[in-house]
Amino acid sequence: MIPEIGHFALIVALLVALVQGTFPIIGAATGNVAWMALAKPAARAQFVLVAIAIGCLAYAFAAMDYSVLYVASNSNSKLPLHYRVAAVWGGHEGSLLLWAFILSVWTVAVTFFSRHLPDAMRARILGVMGLVSIGFLLFMLTVSNPFERLIPGAMDGRDLNPLLQDPGMVFHPPMLYMGYVGFSVAFAFAIAALLGGELDAAWARWSRPWTTLAWMFLTVGIMGGSNWAYYELGWGGWWFWDAVENASFMPWLVGTALIHSLAATEKRGSFKAWTVLLAICAFSLSLLGTFLVRSGVLTSVHAFATDPQRGLFILAFLVVVIGGSLALFAWRAPRVGRGGAFDVLSRESLLLANNVLLVVAAGSVLLGTLYPLFLDALGLGKISVGPPYFDTVFVPLMAPAIFLMAVGPLARWKKAELPDLAIRLRWAFAVSLATALLLPLVLGHWTPMVGLGLFLAFWVFTASALSLRERLSAGGQSVAVRLRSVPRAWWGMWLAHVGIGVFILGVTVVKGFETETAVRMRAGDVTHLAGYAFAFDGVNEVQGPNYVATQGRLRVSRDGREVAVLAPQKRLYTVQNMPMTEAGIAAGVWSDLYASLGEPLADGGWSVRLYYKPMVNWIWGGCALMALGGFLALSDRRYRLTRRCRAAGENAA
Amino acid sequence: MKRFLLPLAVFFVLAGFLAVGLRLDPREVPSPLIGKPAPPFTLPRLDDPQQSFSPREMLGQVWLLNVWASWCGACREEHPLLLELSRSGAVPLYGMDYKDTREDATQWLKQGGGDPYRATAMDLDGRVGIDYGVYGVPETYLIDKAGIIRYKRIGPVTEQVLREKILPMVKELQAK
Repeated sequence: MIPEIGHFALIVALLVALVQGTFPIIGAATGNVAWMALAKPAARAQFVLVAIAIGCLAYAFAAMDYSVLYVASNSNSKLPLHYRVAAVWGGHEGSLLLWAFILSVWTVAVTFFSRHLPDAMRARILGVMGLVSIGFLLFMLTVSNPFERLIPGAMDGRDLNPLLQDPGMVFHPPMLYMGYVGFSVAFAFAIAALLGGELDAAWARWSRPWTTLAWMFLTVGIMGGSNWAYYELGWGGWWFWDAVENASFMPWLVGTALIHSLAATEKRGSFKAWTVLLAICAFSLSLLGTFLVRSGVLTSVHAFATDPQRGLFILAFLVVVIGGSLALFAWRAPRVGRGGAFDVLSRESLLLANNVLLVVAAGSVLLGTLYPLFLDALGLGKISVGPPYFDTVFVPLMAPAIFLMAVGPLARWKKAELPDLAIRLRWAFAVSLATALLLPLVLGHWTPMVGLGLFLAFWVFTASALSLRERLSAGGQSVAVRLRSVPRAWWGMWLAHVGIGVFILGVTVVKGFETETAVRMRAGDVTHLAGYAFAFDGVNEVQGPNYVATQGRLRVSRDGREVAVLAPQKRLYTVQNMPMTEAGIAAGVWSDLYASLGEPLADGGWSVRLYYKPMVNWIWGGCALMALGGFLALSDRRYRLTRRCRAAGENAA
Repeated sequence: MKRFLLPLAVFFVLAGFLAVGLRLDPREVPSPLIGKPAPPFTLPRLDDPQQSFSPREMLGQVWLLNVWASWCGACREEHPLLLELSRSGAVPLYGMDYKDTREDATQWLKQGGGDPYRATAMDLDGRVGIDYGVYGVPETYLIDKAGIIRYKRIGPVTEQVLREKILPMVKELQAK
């Protein structure tokens, strides 16, 4: 009965979405106030309905209702409760329901935080989001219904893919989707502005916090996914340029460009058409990502269900949404006036250059991801594009982008002077260059990539330190007063930029100085790596809730002092009879010690892989700083202030 | 106006490719071994370790080599189909048990409802698997009378693949 309630809620939600997607938009075009007013209640009703649907599915999982096909295929009675709930998004149908649910969360958030928007604008925004929702609800109800029954019901479920049975599964997909889907708000703002023909600074100011929030979630989501891959796959890698990873990375790159271009549009009225295009692209890439993951056109470690019929539906949906919005763009954007003029060297030009580099980088990732498909479609053979392509293309694009990123905040709007910038930055440049040349020599060996990475990281740090110093020393007041007067948005920008530096430093040091070894070890053997001694105590059996594991024990010591005990596992998930590797990691600020168990050997020994990964956690630390920067920017006074003023104004009236 | 149409044009080209891509199967990886002689090996048999199996014994016949393992989930999927195929006698089916143990493999065949293979070679350490470029278990190779690999299927054999691809090829090769 409960699954039928969920199914019914989805049907009603679709009907409500139809209302939400049509009447308010027509109302806004014809000035029909009553029709426009439908947007808000419709959006809220839709949220309630989709929440009921996902709640019903979660209940079916929790209650182990194996007469629901999706539950039977993705759960098992031995699966612990938190994974049973997370299994809601463990497969195709449930992921889509999560997509639709998060879209409704964003939509309902817009209804609550849009009091300052003109009625027509709000009606259009909610209408556009309703149209997107129609697509997803229709998709679920036609070709991928999560509530489909299995009659007669299965005795027990086939279990969640063991790869997904990890705490990461509970947080990573919702975070990622919050980011992905969050760009729908910026998209809806852009389409609403195109429809209304009001592409002004106000539009940019309104869509900025939404974009930053979505970007923040996406950053956290990607960070979590990368960290998960690091400890779960047992290869010691943290990014594989896998098609699905790329699908989340492309919207991030374009979203980053969008945040910056929105800043220029708001402050200076520049790049209006470009900003709108970026908003459309960021969301389009999110949709494309969904298509790539869900249609099975690309092979990937993430490829779950592949079904051409579903692929066709998503493709048709893509053509309608992306094609439609780009056509609207081609029709309306030429009328958008030009923004304020700016010099060849100015903050605007630096932002534009960075924007172009980010978009080109996203384009090159897209090309690399789809290249195998292009060749295959043209009958030119099957190839796979791997990390070598991405590394060669990505570094030359990002290096200048990072270089400019550090300069940007120091340059004036409208017109900056090169000699002035050069003088201000000369010490930063000298320090970074010296570090890049000397530090690797101290650490052991120098390669061009290590040199470049260190130069960029320290360039970001020193330039950020300089911009902080200038910010605090300008004017006559004391540092404490100036410190308080710096807006949080500026701190957010600053912190996010420093985060990029931290990230680059982590990547550079790990790539340049990590060491690994694969050895066969028997109980009592000792292996030395990077100054650490790894003593193998042998293995013992561990019984998990739905797996049996062979757990190795490695005592790690340095200079005779024990520093860590690693417990890598080789698990066998009994339901699907699938082996999984669980790495043993001793994490630290300066380095990770990482061990994974390979195969048992005939002589009673084990093949063991050991890694020493210096500063690997700085990679995720950098991402966390970026996300924190986004959070600080969002908590800036001006957002709170406008709301308070508005509330006061309403009270007075 | 023209430059504003550019994004739309780019998107339509992309969508065209995606539409074509939908009809292609990225799992169909061509093996460099197709058209080449099946790599030779001599491995002990599952049912009797004293006896061995070698592809040389199969010269003059068209046959299928199915790589499987007791730890492989997808092998369960194709197992009933393989049993049916073996009962039909359309083509001799031999197995290669990849990186497995004798006990597990024997147990697995018992649980799975029977042994569809005329014989199973035990590739315990996976060395022969490397020669064959085994990429994911299960895999199935179609080998002709001259010992040349004619077709390779990565992933479980489905009813459709068997009906539309493997059996017609078997018939054609047997007629030669």
